[in-house]
Amino acid sequence: MGHHTNLLSYRRRLFQPSPAGDRKLISIYHSRPLFSVNSNLFCLIDESMWGIIRQNVGVTGGLSSQGLGNHMMRLRPVASAMRSYSSATKEMTVRDALNSALDEEMAADPNVFVMGEEVGEYQGAYKITKGLLDKYGPERVVDTPITEAGFAGIGVGAAYHGLRPVIEFMTFNFSMQAIDHVINSAAKSNYMSAGQINVPIVFRGPNGPAAGVGAQHSQCYGAWYGSVPGLKVLVPYSSEDARGLLKAAIRDPDPVVFLENELLYGESFPVSAEALDSSFCLPIGKAKIEREGKDITITAFSKMVGYALKAAEILEKDGINAEVINLRSIRPLDRATINASVRKTNRLVTVEEGFPQHGIGAEICASVVEDSFGYLDAPVERIAGADVPTPYAANLERMAFPQIEDIVRAAKRACYRSVPMSATA
Amino acid sequence: MGFARVIHPHTLPLLADTRANPIATPSLFLGSTRTLRHTLTHTRSISSAQRRSVVAAKVSDVKLKPTTNLLVTKEEGLEVYEDMILGRVFEDMCAQMYYRGKMFGFVHLYNGQEAVSSGFIKLLKKEDSVVSTYRDHVHALSKGVPARAVMSELFGKTTGCCRGQGGSMHMFSAEHNVLGGFAFIGEGIPVATGAAFTSKYKREVLKEADCDHVTLAFFGDGTANNGQFFECLNMAALWKLPIIFVVENNLWAIGMSHLRATSDPEIWKKGPAFGMPGVHVDGMDVLKVREVAKEAIGRARRGEGPTLVECETYRFRGHSLADPDELRDPDEKARYAARDPITQFKKYLIENKLASEAELKAIEKKIDEVVEDSVEFADESPAPSRSQLLENVFADPRGFGIGPDGRYRCEDPKFTEGTAQV
Repeated sequence: MGHHTNLLSYRRRLFQPSPAGDRKLISIYHSRPLFSVNSNLFCLIDESMWGIIRQNVGVTGGLSSQGLGNHMMRLRPVASAMRSYSSATKEMTVRDALNSALDEEMAADPNVFVMGEEVGEYQGAYKITKGLLDKYGPERVVDTPITEAGFAGIGVGAAYHGLRPVIEFMTFNFSMQAIDHVINSAAKSNYMSAGQINVPIVFRGPNGPAAGVGAQHSQCYGAWYGSVPGLKVLVPYSSEDARGLLKAAIRDPDPVVFLENELLYGESFPVSAEALDSSFCLPIGKAKIEREGKDITITAFSKMVGYALKAAEILEKDGINAEVINLRSIRPLDRATINASVRKTNRLVTVEEGFPQHGIGAEICASVVEDSFGYLDAPVERIAGADVPTPYAANLERMAFPQIEDIVRAAKRACYRSVPMSATA
Repeated sequence: MGFARVIHPHTLPLLADTRANPIATPSLFLGSTRTLRHTLTHTRSISSAQRRSVVAAKVSDVKLKPTTNLLVTKEEGLEVYEDMILGRVFEDMCAQMYYRGKMFGFVHLYNGQEAVSSGFIKLLKKEDSVVSTYRDHVHALSKGVPARAVMSELFGKTTGCCRGQGGSMHMFSAEHNVLGGFAFIGEGIPVATGAAFTSKYKREVLKEADCDHVTLAFFGDGTANNGQFFECLNMAALWKLPIIFVVENNLWAIGMSHLRATSDPEIWKKGPAFGMPGVHVDGMDVLKVREVAKEAIGRARRGEGPTLVECETYRFRGHSLADPDELRDPDEKARYAARDPITQFKKYLIENKLASEAELKAIEKKIDEVVEDSVEFADESPAPSRSQLLENVFADPRGFGIGPDGRYRCEDPKFTEGTAQV
């Protein structure tokens, strides 16, 4: 096939929206889109790579920790010609992305410090803060006793005086011990003090289910924190998201809850050179359209974006062209992008791992009904985790969280091509 | 007046103090475990109904004032007196205004506890921080927030210190470093520990070598049973933070007596358990409180770490203005009313010729005028405009996200019209 384009004609897009050119590029790879180009965002598409490298990676069904990114872009340059071009896309795990973002922000601003359990000598419970203790010392990478309420409050008090703490919760489940501080003394303080005291703090850590960790370690807190005015809640998916959003969060003058995902830490994603720049930031409150489509909109965040993209591939074979939106930010929610997308496609499926009642999907559904009711051709389909505390057994856990086939089924239902409810895969 | 601090034996009435002989024990600083163990066995024998004020710690003998035997100079004395009078008159006026409907919601008054606030806060610099609970009017006033600003805030007017958005329980002032005002008990303690952490961070990491700001955390006896309190005692002692934990033990948490709620009612003992000195002081005597405060603050400024100070005090009114206050024994109330800190201090000033009756009356009159002026000011101030509803939720106004037209919501000129669009 004629994918062996001239490498020299390859152009890197630098901040300039060029929608026409981008879509033209995408259309060649219509069947295997990796990400689409949103004019607001920085992406590097290296078309040459895709043509030369074809990887035969087995697609594992069911619960898979391999994201779509891994399938597509496990780039190992075959030809030596590849190495000499600086336009080579770099791969980075989400873990490295977070680590590098923290490193750069701490280097740039001495007011930034990290505090949490095992962040120092243990190099981070999930190794996100690896190497920071050696670089910045124990005053800036502070190991704490097991006192979530205490150290979250200490972070808030430090933020009142202008420091910029990054408080790590080993998982956001533990944030429930400190939720008083996240909400009452962090989120509400700027309002209660009428703007005198702002709280530039970041609470970060893994959120949502991992694999087989049981009910008390598997809850998703997006909906709870997303309902609090005064907080900003960010949910990165890819490495670029992780880097850009964490940097934006640290620089932000308001309290930010940064919900990561443990299973995504090890996943690699391609990152553009822009993303590697130390001043790279993503705007807070803008969603990203990962894949453009015209038949149905699928919104997702965090790990579910990967699932949604895979589901979109499967739907493509059935002739349903799905648009996948990576929310990136739960609060403020990018209602504009979601509504614009629904007005284009007329159907909506929301995907989340949290509990269904009062979840993110409920809010998106309400927003769409309020703003774009006339455009809906079908009821909004909400996919969420099962309305049960997370079971431990592997097969039960699989049933308790959305899988790719669930997304596919819901999308088909929304397109009136229903499939019997019983799971087939 | 209870048992005296024995460092100034000539000034305060000295009753037989069989507890510990400061001359005999070595000059170890506040709350050394040896001293505490000594007092421990003795205080256990005191029945709960007869809690007397005891200073359970000693001070090294080098701290005598060079020129006079008195604990305060005239200027300091008048300053403290004025502050206590301001606290009392202000709170009484709050009660009046509440019953007239000008103030609403939860209002918690500080009558009777003025010695603690004045005793501690008048020793602070402007850069030092104070963190309090919902009973925070007087802490804010002592720290320097104008009475007009506090009264307006209580009335919910836009000229209040938080523009009417905080209210009685959330007094914040960045200028005066009053970091709240928290409704949840125990919530202020970690925040105060964080402010102390900042002070240390500024000194060690940001290399502001002379940063010796201390933080005071005020809270009550009920809070001393809360988990966050212990977490912060641990971390403050662990990292030697410049903070003083001030327990205003007024023996009652709404209607729950401290003795019914606590396994060991002597809160100062919790300090040494975490490796910091614990001091118990008579909170109805502003001079004693001031002496203890001086040491604790000095300790913190020198970088020697935190201190836990338990002030035994009493609130003359109920927990809040909505509390019928039926559970407290009238005899107990009468007993503490007889030990009113203001009357005691007035007596001290007059007896020691630091001020005349006329001077003190003049101060009282001045404060009356200040408080009445603050009420008038608050009355005449406007209520917040509709547009204020959406302001200050975020420091970065783009935090409201993107509107349907694709631009940031805050850029819309109609943004602060107070509609529920957002």
